[in-house]
Amino acid sequence: MQAKIQAIISRYGSDKGFLVPILQDVQRELNYLPEDALVMVSTLLEIPLSRIFEVATFYKAFSLTPRGKHLLSLCLGTACHVRGAPLLSGHIERALGIRPGETSPDLEFTFETVNCLGACALGPVMVVDGEYHGQLTIAKTNAILRDLGRKVPSDEEA
Amino acid sequence: MSDTVTLKINGRTITASAGSTLLAAAQSANIYIPNLCSNEELTPYGACRLCMVEIAHGKRTRMVASCIYEVAEGLEVQTVTERILNVRKLVIELLLARNPYHPRLLKISHELGVQASRFKEDVKGCILCGQCVRTCREVVGVAAIGFKGRGRTRTVATPFDKAPADCIACGSCAYICPVKVIPLEDKNNVRTIWKTEFPMAVCKKCGRPFAPEKQLAYFRKIANLPENHFDTCIQCR
Repeated sequence: MQAKIQAIISRYGSDKGFLVPILQDVQRELNYLPEDALVMVSTLLEIPLSRIFEVATFYKAFSLTPRGKHLLSLCLGTACHVRGAPLLSGHIERALGIRPGETSPDLEFTFETVNCLGACALGPVMVVDGEYHGQLTIAKTNAILRDLGRKVPSDEEA
Repeated sequence: MSDTVTLKINGRTITASAGSTLLAAAQSANIYIPNLCSNEELTPYGACRLCMVEIAHGKRTRMVASCIYEVAEGLEVQTVTERILNVRKLVIELLLARNPYHPRLLKISHELGVQASRFKEDVKGCILCGQCVRTCREVVGVAAIGFKGRGRTRTVATPFDKAPADCIACGSCAYICPVKVIPLEDKNNVRTIWKTEFPMAVCKKCGRPFAPEKQLAYFRKIANLPENHFDTCIQCR
């Protein structure tokens, strides 16, 4: 891990001003921001740990707890909301057994809700591992979860 | 450019040194502006919004936080207008919802004629003025504490909510806190702060515990003084 972080930091010329992109790269590399990684960044960049903790807890994009292999971001913006996104949210919560913002214990899925993805015409919309899925329905959600290897009762049974 | 600027506060002509803040200029002219987050030892921060004033911009006026607004030549400032009082009342009501007890907040609300907050009480104590965080960074120089999260869930915390590795237990954060919500306890030669216990050093002459050992170690490192200077308490030195 030390070598990876060292490499990321030297890519930015050890410049303190690049703290956010550095943390983004560390998170991309390690899937989340472990405590010892942040301690390392603090030592190498000579930024107090309290300051790094401040930045890491400020931005929603950073996670201090391990994240799942697959990230589901369901939009709950106004347009998606009126088109039934809360129903989908409840469905996903039941299917995965986790609440929004949580990660399944097998580290397969992280489910989060966001307040607008800026794709209101596609509502209800969800981003799954960077891919946008629009005009979602419960059936489509089931198909997505199934594709990612999660057993969901088929639509006839449900 | 000269080193001083002339401006008008509440119609009075005032000379202030260039680069100073409106709040500092007003205070040196004995014009009272309520404030909670500003401290002359710390970099201006603009958190509490109690020090709002109105400045003239041609025919229109604009509201700025006087603790982070620099004085300028010919500026016309009003510190008490209806608009400002409304903002200050709102701010103190919001602060009272977080901390309805502290005399300092009650005094300001009394001055503004606010009887009670119209907001639902959600007592957190801390008003997030950031003086403790800034003191730890700028005055003490160890940066052991910082903010955590944002918005409604923002708090002052140690990294990962653990025992702070950089903390020297000096207690400056508890001292500077305007609403005194940082617990600090000295008992049985141990200081407890940030839920962590720090052993106190005992004075070699009088035997009184006088400062945390970590603080003395830090002082020994940064002060250019003989090693044994910090072995005794201030009275015995």
